[in-house]
Amino acid sequence: MKKIFDTEIIFNVEVAEKIFRLEISAQELSEIARAGQFVQVKISEEFTLRRPLGIASAKNGVVKIFYRINGRGTEFLSTKKSGEHLNILGALGNGFNTNVDGRILLVGGGMGAAPLLSAAEKLGAADVLIGGKNSDEVNFWIKEFQPEVGKIFITTDDGSRGSKGFVTSLLPEVLDYENFSAIYTCGPEIMMRGVAKIAAENNLPCYVSLERRMACGLGACLSCSIDTASGRKKVCKDGPVFDAEDIF
Amino acid sequence: MSEILKTEICGIKMQTPILTASGTFGFGEEFADFVNLKRLGGVMVKCITLKPRAGNKGVRITETPAGMLNCIGLENPGVEIFLTEILPRIKNKFNIIVNISGSSVEDYGKLAKFLDVDGVAAIELNISCPNVKDGGIIFGTNPKAAAEVTTAAKNSTSKPVIVKLSPNVTDITEIARAVESAGADCLSLINTLMGMEINIDTWKPTLGNITGGLSGGAVKPVALRMVYQVAQVCKIPIIGMGGIRTAADAVEFFLAGASAVAVGTANFANPNVANEIIDGLENYLRRKNLQSIKEIIGKVK
Repeated sequence: MKKIFDTEIIFNVEVAEKIFRLEISAQELSEIARAGQFVQVKISEEFTLRRPLGIASAKNGVVKIFYRINGRGTEFLSTKKSGEHLNILGALGNGFNTNVDGRILLVGGGMGAAPLLSAAEKLGAADVLIGGKNSDEVNFWIKEFQPEVGKIFITTDDGSRGSKGFVTSLLPEVLDYENFSAIYTCGPEIMMRGVAKIAAENNLPCYVSLERRMACGLGACLSCSIDTASGRKKVCKDGPVFDAEDIF
Repeated sequence: MSEILKTEICGIKMQTPILTASGTFGFGEEFADFVNLKRLGGVMVKCITLKPRAGNKGVRITETPAGMLNCIGLENPGVEIFLTEILPRIKNKFNIIVNISGSSVEDYGKLAKFLDVDGVAAIELNISCPNVKDGGIIFGTNPKAAAEVTTAAKNSTSKPVIVKLSPNVTDITEIARAVESAGADCLSLINTLMGMEINIDTWKPTLGNITGGLSGGAVKPVALRMVYQVAQVCKIPIIGMGGIRTAADAVEFFLAGASAVAVGTANFANPNVANEIIDGLENYLRRKNLQSIKEIIGKVK
């Protein structure tokens, strides 16, 4: 179900350089949102397009979103204060399957950890591997994931927290630790490609969450169309979650 | 439903003179959760071509001050899939106006013939898409070619033929007159204005197709001026479009000479905007003590 919601900002705080945690009061949205879905946030009347942002958590009437300042729209969003209203269109997209047997490994890179947090919340039990540039960019994720998952594995590009290197370097080792039934991944495309390759080598199903520029978010404008093994697909409506085999 | 907004264009009965513009509203069904589609005068559905098209590669949209650029490139499933899969789904739910584009005069004739079927209210000739090399705008910037395409379509269908004009010309009235003489039943204007954006970090154009079509609030004054100019020289009805975001914007287009208007890019910011414009238009007419939308068409002083 998708609707337009008038929500109120509870928190909009910087958790690392240019990265913000936005919490909004949105009872109905928090009830209907599935893991891995996203919303289209109206920035202001001055902006022609909404901004598609992943849902990181949806419970108890609160929807949590993480975003990085990446341009004029997110810059403007970062200036909004608690108590201000935010017009939200959601919940959009297909999302992750959270009704599964077996244990899921979540693999996130940078802001890609956001939709995986909502998957962790709905799965109840999962493990997570997170990669970031440095400790500042992973520390807040560790705090967020701690109540939702079993084990947390960390890599940083500079080695300031966890293992030095990329998630793909540590992934084979993580796979040895437990008999996972599938991998859910989100992050830079090159990372997801590497994760999907390792998953395939281990005969593990792998689901990737993609990011594209979008105008409508409803499957109408075709800004986010992609080629897949099963034909042309729209990231906003047919995705953002796809079987990795269809994508890479 | 209120009578005050009811109208008829080229024999098509419309509950309201508010339509949605091609490429911004999919096949209508995508917006069913937000808009009462029966209240619309019609949905100008996503452009259909003879063969399926994947559209352009790379980045396809970017936001600009009070607008956006797009270079989708007419991605669509082709006329066969439209007729066998999509049309049966959306038939009889609203007036379906099928936007078509071809790479030759014959293509427009063939498409018009394929679409001369029950459930299609009218066809709109897209001779103004700035984002494809092999068609569209090459017919829309030359009066002779525009007239040929119009004749080809008219000779192949029993449906009303609407010709969608490009603003990327020196004198839009010249093209408008040419297609009117060739038998067009109605004009729609404007399509997008060709534009571009360059990323100053990479020194590369933002869009995969280098250039794209500018739409949104920024183009409204240009669109309004062109509707006004065309209304002065043509007798056939005009569907005005270009940057309409509010009922007030729509009123300006009616005053300039449009018999109906289409909402485009504004659907992206607010999927419910067409409903709001309909309500606002009705309130405007009541406030002015007018009995019908027809009383304001072309009444600019």
